[in-house]
Amino acid sequence: MAKKLMKGSEAIGEAAVQAGCKLFYGYPITPQNEIPEYMSHRLPQVGGTFVQAESEVSASNMLYGAAGSGERVMTSSSSPGISLMAEAISYMAGSELPAVIVNIMRAGPGLGGILPGQADYFQATKGGGHGDYHLLVLAPWSVQEAADLVQDGFDLADHYRNPVMILGDGLIGQMMEPVEFHQDRKPIKEPKEKTWAATGYDGSRPRAIINSLFLDPATLEKHNHKLQAKYAEMVRDEIRYKTYGTEKKYDLLIVAYGTVARVCSTAMEDLEAEEVRTAMIRPVSLYPFPYAAVRAAADKADAVLVVELSAGQMIEDVQLALQGTKPIHFHGRMGGMLASPEEVMEKVREIKSGKSQEVCHV
Amino acid sequence: MQNDVIMAGFGGQGILLIGKMLAYTGMQEGLEVSWMPSYGPEMRGGTANCTVVISDRPVGSPVIQSPRAVVAMNLPSLDKFEPMVRKDGLLLINSSLINRSSNRDDIRILLVPANDIAMELKNPRSGNIVALGAYIGSSHAVPIDAVERVVRETFASKPQVIDSNIAALLRGFELGETAVA
Repeated sequence: MAKKLMKGSEAIGEAAVQAGCKLFYGYPITPQNEIPEYMSHRLPQVGGTFVQAESEVSASNMLYGAAGSGERVMTSSSSPGISLMAEAISYMAGSELPAVIVNIMRAGPGLGGILPGQADYFQATKGGGHGDYHLLVLAPWSVQEAADLVQDGFDLADHYRNPVMILGDGLIGQMMEPVEFHQDRKPIKEPKEKTWAATGYDGSRPRAIINSLFLDPATLEKHNHKLQAKYAEMVRDEIRYKTYGTEKKYDLLIVAYGTVARVCSTAMEDLEAEEVRTAMIRPVSLYPFPYAAVRAAADKADAVLVVELSAGQMIEDVQLALQGTKPIHFHGRMGGMLASPEEVMEKVREIKSGKSQEVCHV
Repeated sequence: MQNDVIMAGFGGQGILLIGKMLAYTGMQEGLEVSWMPSYGPEMRGGTANCTVVISDRPVGSPVIQSPRAVVAMNLPSLDKFEPMVRKDGLLLINSSLINRSSNRDDIRILLVPANDIAMELKNPRSGNIVALGAYIGSSHAVPIDAVERVVRETFASKPQVIDSNIAALLRGFELGETAVA
């Protein structure tokens, strides 16, 4: 299929449809309104259903119910809306339900603003809702990658029977880039029969019950161990990252994810002209986080620079990865302000000349 | 080789449309492109702008702080983006609606009476296409015949405006080319 020029939001919607998503429940919020808008006209064309709920709380509980049927289901929102969905997301993880949840992050906290941010990293990777659970979190840096990760996300959600979050920012939601959908795409995981799905009882098999309530503590602990075993499997099999320039010699390693990594890649090109040697590692899976790869890439550098559209959240995972072996510096913007290549270059120059203060270790 | 441009004006001037047409043409030509609209809090009828990047390599930052070119279709846009144009870059000013030029002496300045030309061609809404043509003429970011195809495709459902839009595109293109020569 030929390349199409699409908005990130629309590409995410189309990718979901092509992955077999039949049901979408959502509630509007900037900067991702084009996702529900797209699904509202596209899903009926493929025999699916779009529902605009009365709130995110409602949409996420509809998602929970629909996921129990075994259909491929999705919702999307932006930061404040995802907070409202946190309860249902925890229930879905506890009930072992597959679903794809898209968070096109905006600046917070509270209602914050409508411009891009990355301050939901902790929420996405470290919890959000209550209980010992994890989402598998994937962060695209382009419209094409957003589409690809949504399709992979459905396969992964089904395989692990766990919600998958696509964590983008306002730029991913709003910008247009060429995108290509491959008609002959193969699932990245062998599809399994959904014997757990509640599709109606006819006496031919045990009743399928979707549940996250276990009042007997021993049973609940056993259930938790089962969940933890799945997360260990994700850590073993689902780590994704990309490296840039790590095959050459470099003095400084940049760690950034999502569109911020694009900004850093432009800064790296311009720094090359100044003969400042940098490389970058871009985590694509934020949970599971590529600790070993970050450590290995940092081993070749004198210092590490983390760039985020937040006060510094992923940096804590970088600190865990490096265990104090390298000095870590940070550049962050908040409030919907974007980091520019020029700012990143300036920060790199400061690090080189010893003017940048390294981030204190805990 | 990278070309990047911020196109800005007021809502309704067709700024986002010419940005999309430019990005679409780049994609058709096999180049890497990105199109990023401003989506901050704006009033209806307020300002609109978009950033288009066209490159022969994967596009890095889709947001550009010092663009190689700015197309300013109204005065607030000129005031906002004039200082950002990269040294030796291009500033295209819609002189039909903006009655000042720029004092900068480190950039190329191109005055295009986009709305007057559109009126002459009896398609008052084609001022944006004149500006697109002028940008292509002075930057050669994409081949003009490829843009012409995209104009035909874009207005396929309104065949009565195709000829006047092509004329607008070519008038702008000539202005852009002579300014560079």
